[in-house]
Amino acid sequence: MHSPKTRHDIGFYAHFRRELSLARCAFDATIAPLVFMFMGVAVIPLALSPDTVSYSSIAPGIVWIMVMLASLMSIERIFTFDYDDGSLEQLLISPQLLAQPIFGKLVAHWVLTGLPMALASPMMAFVLSLPAEGYLPMILSIVIGTAYLSLVGSVCASLTVSLGRGGFLLPITVIPLYMPIIIFGSATIDFAVSGMEWSFPLAIMGTLLCLAMAVCPIAVATIFRFTILF
Amino acid sequence: MWLYRLSSPKLFYHISGRVIPWLFLASITILVIGLFWGLLIAPPDARQGDSFRIIYIHVPSSFLALAGYYFMAGAGAVGLVWRTKISFWFMKSAASIGASMTFIALFTGAIWGRPSWGTYWVWDARVTSMLILLFLYLGVMAMIRAFDNKELGQKNGAILALIGTVNVPIIYKSVDWWHTLHQPATLKLTSDSSIHIDMLQPLLVMIVGFYLFYALTICLFLRAEILQHEQATSWVKDLCVRRLRKSG
Repeated sequence: MHSPKTRHDIGFYAHFRRELSLARCAFDATIAPLVFMFMGVAVIPLALSPDTVSYSSIAPGIVWIMVMLASLMSIERIFTFDYDDGSLEQLLISPQLLAQPIFGKLVAHWVLTGLPMALASPMMAFVLSLPAEGYLPMILSIVIGTAYLSLVGSVCASLTVSLGRGGFLLPITVIPLYMPIIIFGSATIDFAVSGMEWSFPLAIMGTLLCLAMAVCPIAVATIFRFTILF
Repeated sequence: MWLYRLSSPKLFYHISGRVIPWLFLASITILVIGLFWGLLIAPPDARQGDSFRIIYIHVPSSFLALAGYYFMAGAGAVGLVWRTKISFWFMKSAASIGASMTFIALFTGAIWGRPSWGTYWVWDARVTSMLILLFLYLGVMAMIRAFDNKELGQKNGAILALIGTVNVPIIYKSVDWWHTLHQPATLKLTSDSSIHIDMLQPLLVMIVGFYLFYALTICLFLRAEILQHEQATSWVKDLCVRRLRKSG
């Protein structure tokens, strides 16, 4: 027998594990965003010039733009399958708190996309000849930043879920909300490269992440209650 | 309770029909007075000469661009809570008008930038914030129109507008910080020259005029929305029949 309290916890872990096991063999969830990210980086020298020296100054910006785009592409379908096969409706009518399983899904999404991006980012920084002191801040900023992007992106993804492929609607609505994280994320790397105290922008990113963690799962749950159960 | 009754589309349509001529007269008169005063009577600026006079369009439109976002989000919140159809239509109208106001503010700012800063566009904190505000407006507009189910689209648009209001201060603060970080040394936009009283008076007149004009356009847009959404009801059909008979 479970008491109501443990049932909430099961909501989180069950959905966290469910997402992980669903995606374990899926190329789509983890590898594709990374490939996309690297291809985007590879296009930039072709468009500008093969002179690697000039990249070190714009590398933080390029890294963050590619992370944002990859995260954007992957967040679009986070709720689509659950919406299509009806398990989202099952969640809505179940007695447990809806925000818990949604938070589990989001954490799983971050583990599957954000964390690999952060771990793979040194390769990107390497080809863009980012100075060595920028590596650690870059990884940390991507770890924190992608979690924020997943959380905030999921709010807009929950609005567009009934459209299936929303096309341009998701990017249009979500990119303005991503701007603070782009600013502070690239600033973290910039500060580290130019020898300034880089923990300050990183701390602001952490603050934003805490705020998003508190608000976004509840917001997504509320949106589903508003829009799916009329 | 009168506000609740006003949320009936039919009643609003009839009352606004009576208010609109007065609003039209008032806004046009005040705008003409303000423009005349600002463009011809007010003294030229000591440093910028006559080019500063675009302030009489630029500032009121940026006021309304910002205030309009909160009108839009507020209407969306009212619609979500009390489920009044007319607040969603208000939101939809406010989104289009607010986006136009933001565009006017950006456009006049760019024109003004050419003589005063020597370039049409700079990535100044305020300019960037206004650009992001325009994006937020466009996002809400796209969201409202994206769904076949109109009610769902309006609901989603209202939620997105509310999410935007939470994010607007965060975005503004971060853009502000970003700008002070990358401040170009050659350029100083926020010169702290306080505006002279002779220039301020027509500006205030223009702001009042713009608010009245905003109310007027909201009424006109809202009436169009009402007719479109209520076209199946008997009172709209009666209205059309009477209109047709009048025109023969």
